[in-house]
Amino acid sequence: MLSYLLRRLGLMVLTLFGVSIAIFLLLRIVPGNIADILFDSAGMIDPAEKQKIVAELGLDQPLVVQYAQWVNGLLHGDLGYSYVSEKPVLDEVLPRIPITARLAALAIMFAVCTGVPIGVISAVRQNSGIDYGLRVFSLAALSLPSFWLGLLVLMAFVNWAGLLPIYDKAPQTWGMAILMYGVPAATVGLRSSALIMRLTRSSMLEVMRMDYIRTARSKGLSEPAVTFIHALRNALLPVITTIGIETAFLFGGLVVTETVFNIPGVARFLVEAIRWRDYPMVQNLVMFIATVVVIVNLIVDLTYAFVDPRIRLGS
Amino acid sequence: MSEFIYLARRYPLGLAGGVILLLFVLMAIFANIIAPLDPLTTNPRASLAAPGTTYMLGADMMGRDVLSRLIHGARISLAVALGATFIGSGLGMLLGLISGYVGGWFDLIVQRVAEIMQSLPLLVMALVITASLGPSLVNTIIAIAIPLIPNVARVIRANVLSLRELNYVEAAHAIGMSNTRIAALHVLPNTLAPLIVLATAQLGSTILTEASLSFLGLGVPEPYPSWGRMLSESAAEYMRTAPWLVIFPGVAISAVVFGANLFGDALRDYLDPRMGD
Repeated sequence: MLSYLLRRLGLMVLTLFGVSIAIFLLLRIVPGNIADILFDSAGMIDPAEKQKIVAELGLDQPLVVQYAQWVNGLLHGDLGYSYVSEKPVLDEVLPRIPITARLAALAIMFAVCTGVPIGVISAVRQNSGIDYGLRVFSLAALSLPSFWLGLLVLMAFVNWAGLLPIYDKAPQTWGMAILMYGVPAATVGLRSSALIMRLTRSSMLEVMRMDYIRTARSKGLSEPAVTFIHALRNALLPVITTIGIETAFLFGGLVVTETVFNIPGVARFLVEAIRWRDYPMVQNLVMFIATVVVIVNLIVDLTYAFVDPRIRLGS
Repeated sequence: MSEFIYLARRYPLGLAGGVILLLFVLMAIFANIIAPLDPLTTNPRASLAAPGTTYMLGADMMGRDVLSRLIHGARISLAVALGATFIGSGLGMLLGLISGYVGGWFDLIVQRVAEIMQSLPLLVMALVITASLGPSLVNTIIAIAIPLIPNVARVIRANVLSLRELNYVEAAHAIGMSNTRIAALHVLPNTLAPLIVLATAQLGSTILTEASLSFLGLGVPEPYPSWGRMLSESAAEYMRTAPWLVIFPGVAISAVVFGANLFGDALRDYLDPRMGD
């Protein structure tokens, strides 16, 4: 177990190292450095001043040196300065993390709380009208672009409730907090909910064919006991993996949902940094997202082994 | 023909999905004939015109016909989706085939790189790639194709690893066939079914990714009419005054993705019954 954990942590570091190289190079493929872009957008032309900025930002150094400086800073908790706000990157990013974390947690909660029960119903009533309807509904939910759903939700609120659940300042009351976080979380979580529903259904159907289910039935257990105590517990195993994968995908959904609902989170900030060509910010945000994804994957694998004693890690 | 009728009866939802997809493809091909108006012509007098006889689905802020823009937008949407799926699946298949068949250090590198790429969500990676390459039609296709590669490569690799052990591959070795020929003639054809399933399953998500990129203003640039860009923030401003600008492009995206998903599901059940639910 310990050796498995150490190996996984080693691989994690290796992966993140790879991500850092990839993102660093990716942002520098295009000819012309950041000083050119800054100058173009600011409309300045004095070459001496430009030279000064290039030197200040360390852009005249070889790429290897620039990369080493960045990674060295990362390891020491110094993420550099934003090109746009000229504030330390850390000060800009840290206050945004809890907002995105809350949204993501709520979205996953919503997805699990709706997806699993609906999946169970669909499986128990296999090939009935309800099953058919729920399956079509889940496919439809997977087909909706989450930003469009967000726009429709906003439109409904404007037209019927006369208010906008848009994040303009940090919510003061519980009611406002539920509205401001809950509505976007449900919007972005619908996709995950549909996926979890489909997976729960197919997993339940598979488990229901097992011998131990027949045994449970033949020893006279009630149908709910068979479904929930014997079948569901085993059927949920693959669902755990999906929850992990969905957490990663959620970031993609949050990028657009935070934009639609004007939420000052990490995901929307990435888009803004890209639009402003604030490369130190983009670099660090991508590293942050990759780190979260890798850690979530590790946690999911460990949970899996914990829940399913048949899995022996490290062998 | 009787085979087709049998399949259509067996997979009614798949048939519906196929019909929806076909309609959109036809719409894209014959956009010039079908579209009632030019999608790019502006008309200040028709700014934000409500749906009516001339502008059947209304007009946008610049007085451009929404219906015509939607019809032409099908071209962009499908071109990006098919292009990205084709390139991503093709490269993924090639890498997966070599990786699984040759193994060794090549396999190791491909696996590690795939792991690195999979630590970023599709949309985030596509965003960063477009940020690096700059917005254009071709770059959007590339940006969406690249994140598809590792997933396809992994599935094909796993498939090749199991195929490699089969008797007929061994037999081909025994009669002195070269590795390249065995890989191309015996292993490759047997990976096609999972490849088609994967590619179709990804079609819907590539359409959604293109729409999201364009919505964020980092996808297909003007003057191409793109469904995602039609929905971008400017449309959000007219939510109250011109709801048709918000509703119709979203309906188009959802409909074509729904069609692709229905079709992909049925195809998976048909080609790979083990994966089915």
